[in-house]
Amino acid sequence: MTTVQHISAGRRVKDRLAQGLVYLAFALAVVPLVSVLWLVIKNGLARFDTEFLTHSMRNIGARDAGGGAYHAIIGTLEQVLLASLIAVPIGLLTAIYLTEYGNGGRLSRAISFFVDVMTGVPSVVTGLFVLAFWILFLGMPFSGLAGALALAILMMPTVVRSAEEMLRLVPNDLREASYALGVAKWRTIVKVVLPTAFTGIVTGVMLAVARVAGETAPLLLTVFFTDSINSDPFNGPQMGLPLYVFDQAGRPNDTAIDRAWTGALTLILIVMLLNLVARLIAWWRSPAKGR
Amino acid sequence: MSKQIQVSGLDAYYGSHKAIEDVSMTIEPRSITAFIGPSGCGKSTFLRTLNRMHEVIPGARVEGKVLLDGEDLYGATVEPVSVRRSIGMVFQRPNPFPTMSIYENVAAGLRLNGRVSKSQSDGIVEESLKGANLWNEVKDRLNKPGAGLSGGQQQRLCIARAIAVKPQVLLMDEPCSALDPISTLAIEDLMVKLKDQYTIVIVTHNMQQAARVSDRTAFFNLDGQGKPGKVVEMDETSRMFTNPSQKATEDYITGRFG
Amino acid sequence: MTTDVRTRGGGPATRRSASRRSHGEAPFRFAATGAGILLLVIMAAIAVFLISEAVPALQANKGSFFTELTWEPNGSQVFGIAALAFGTVLSSAIALVIATPVAIGVALFISHYAPRRMAGPLGYLVDLLAAVPSVVYGLWGVAFLVPLLKTPSEWLNAHLGWFPLFAGEGAIGGKTMLAGGVVLAIMILPIIAAISREVFLQTPKMNEEAALALGATRWEMIRMAVLPFGRPGVVSAAMLGLGRAMGETIAVALIFPATFDITFEILTPHGNSIAANIANGFGEATPIGRGALIASGLVLFVITLLVNMAARMIINRRKEYARSGA
Repeated sequence: MTTVQHISAGRRVKDRLAQGLVYLAFALAVVPLVSVLWLVIKNGLARFDTEFLTHSMRNIGARDAGGGAYHAIIGTLEQVLLASLIAVPIGLLTAIYLTEYGNGGRLSRAISFFVDVMTGVPSVVTGLFVLAFWILFLGMPFSGLAGALALAILMMPTVVRSAEEMLRLVPNDLREASYALGVAKWRTIVKVVLPTAFTGIVTGVMLAVARVAGETAPLLLTVFFTDSINSDPFNGPQMGLPLYVFDQAGRPNDTAIDRAWTGALTLILIVMLLNLVARLIAWWRSPAKGR
Repeated sequence: MSKQIQVSGLDAYYGSHKAIEDVSMTIEPRSITAFIGPSGCGKSTFLRTLNRMHEVIPGARVEGKVLLDGEDLYGATVEPVSVRRSIGMVFQRPNPFPTMSIYENVAAGLRLNGRVSKSQSDGIVEESLKGANLWNEVKDRLNKPGAGLSGGQQQRLCIARAIAVKPQVLLMDEPCSALDPISTLAIEDLMVKLKDQYTIVIVTHNMQQAARVSDRTAFFNLDGQGKPGKVVEMDETSRMFTNPSQKATEDYITGRFG
Repeated sequence: MTTDVRTRGGGPATRRSASRRSHGEAPFRFAATGAGILLLVIMAAIAVFLISEAVPALQANKGSFFTELTWEPNGSQVFGIAALAFGTVLSSAIALVIATPVAIGVALFISHYAPRRMAGPLGYLVDLLAAVPSVVYGLWGVAFLVPLLKTPSEWLNAHLGWFPLFAGEGAIGGKTMLAGGVVLAIMILPIIAAISREVFLQTPKMNEEAALALGATRWEMIRMAVLPFGRPGVVSAAMLGLGRAMGETIAVALIFPATFDITFEILTPHGNSIAANIANGFGEATPIGRGALIASGLVLFVITLLVNMAARMIINRRKEYARSGA
């Protein structure tokens, strides 16, 4: 008879079982990631060539091999850039309002709440909104800009949230030190607060960009399809890379499916690259942050 | 139920930092042993090695022996979980489970050890709350959240929770440091009452408290910043406070440092 | 220190404006407040313009919008949301049932099981799931998951066919509700896991230690301290995941066979959703057809808005509770 009793077999088994299930859950979550990446790389490499990256689909017949996504890549880059140009200033200013001017008043609480709610607006709905407002109501044409508007609405809440978080991390001492020198509040924000939070905000913006770069649904409803190069985002239909993948995937022949996979590979490369750069900036900024 | 603890040559580490070095002592059953000493001298760390709570912190480890009535708590076949079942602990800040009622808090440990019938559990909860001098204050609101009680009541609830599983030893890590004087007095009375049944070890910053309640006292100190803590002296409390054998102990007790 | 950040209100205030009142303050403040208000205006505008563009189509509808199963706004002008709304809810429910337990496991793995050094990178791996574009999941779903699910689906149908969800005659497997639900589950898993992980990590250390000191095993400690504390957070995380699943478009547009009926048979080739129907139907939509799609989008907007607002209210209430409690 020992003084310290052992725990019952039942409890031990339960503990082990729970541990096993938790490990299993993690494995289950990683399997699809590995599977998706592997399949995209395997199927995508077949057509990952210079023709794909430098040619459009113009004059490529329904069953022809060849062709590329140059027009779609150009479109995506321009649309995402435009979307950022719209969303970043608005998002950043909103974050500044929430952290520096809002003071927890009714307006700032309302904005804060709806920013959260806005993150949950389905991407297809933002596309429908731009369709209803910009194209049907205002009578503007389908264009890269229309797509960028939809993407910008998707980006805004993410930009606001990440920028807000970074601005709140700026110590109040810095602000007060600046006020004590007689510097006006807005100059303090522009010259002291924003530079301090700069890298963090860049990280947040990059993650937001990465998120919208892969969005298909809003583009589908706003940029229209085209197989030709259109480098003017303000006029006429433009392609986008996610849309290209969707379009090619829906065409019933193998050469189109091959192009879809290669498009997916290119898209993932772009998105992952943006993600990686964002994480690297964040990591470089705070190497000791841990999890 | 009350048991003796023998510690020999115990070192405790946080990663590569040695927090306490070469501690040996005997803690007698049915008595209160107090650990005193300046902040950071390792007395709380040492307390946590006695029920293997120290190793909960990532990177923390222990070398040496802790014997509970002769059985090595750090033996190869001994599980930390069963050690903690036999050696209860009360923490610095009252920590009732916020989502549980008063009743559920007291019964929390019981439920771990298999099915307990409702009447059995009712009995133990009442007995434990009475043991913790809390029954009269809460008997009409057992189903209210434990977090709704005052700080002193919460701490007595935590003591009730600890004694409900009938441990052999009760460790208390500065149990009164977050409480007002009246609540402190209530807890001290409780400790004296509980020592009939339990081996009680208490860490305290309050010299008067150690003098009031404890039978034996150990004085911990460290040679300097970053050095490991050590036991300078251990003796009957009455002798320690009137006639300490070490200069450092006297200096600390008389308030010359710490 | 130099920076590229410029603002609209940037007047030429001198660097040493110590005693002078800066005349950039008012415009800057105005711009910041205006940007915040613009966000509210956009949310309101989404509702207003979806309604205004949907009304003509709804007036032209010869069927009942809420009960009609068919969707023929271009031809006979009979269309209804019933089958689509049903498909949206069913596929999202499947996704939620699959994703929530796995996400809780993943969150616990990272917060309480994985070695500390690995927890960060492993968590990042799960976050990467969210970085894969929707259209890629659709492609993967059609090429890999749909064939993969064929055999298990047949087995379920053969052995558990009495259960309504697994019932069905004829073709089993293929482009089914189950396939769509599984893909949606993978897509919402990262968000549920990320939020759950955060709330699990916020469990007060002192409550975890209290449980361990009572002699609880790791699992018992989690059940005693971590799960009760994190429950509201997990519930709202699941609701946010639900909202995302319902709005997810392209992946399910590629997987669902676009049928217009109401059936609980998730193993037979049936399935559609509001979002998938918008993506698939937009190309050949007439003006009335576009209006009808916008009307369906309005329904989706309202549903997801309600789900998200409920989830956010739970989170916000919990934040206050945690602040006052801890």
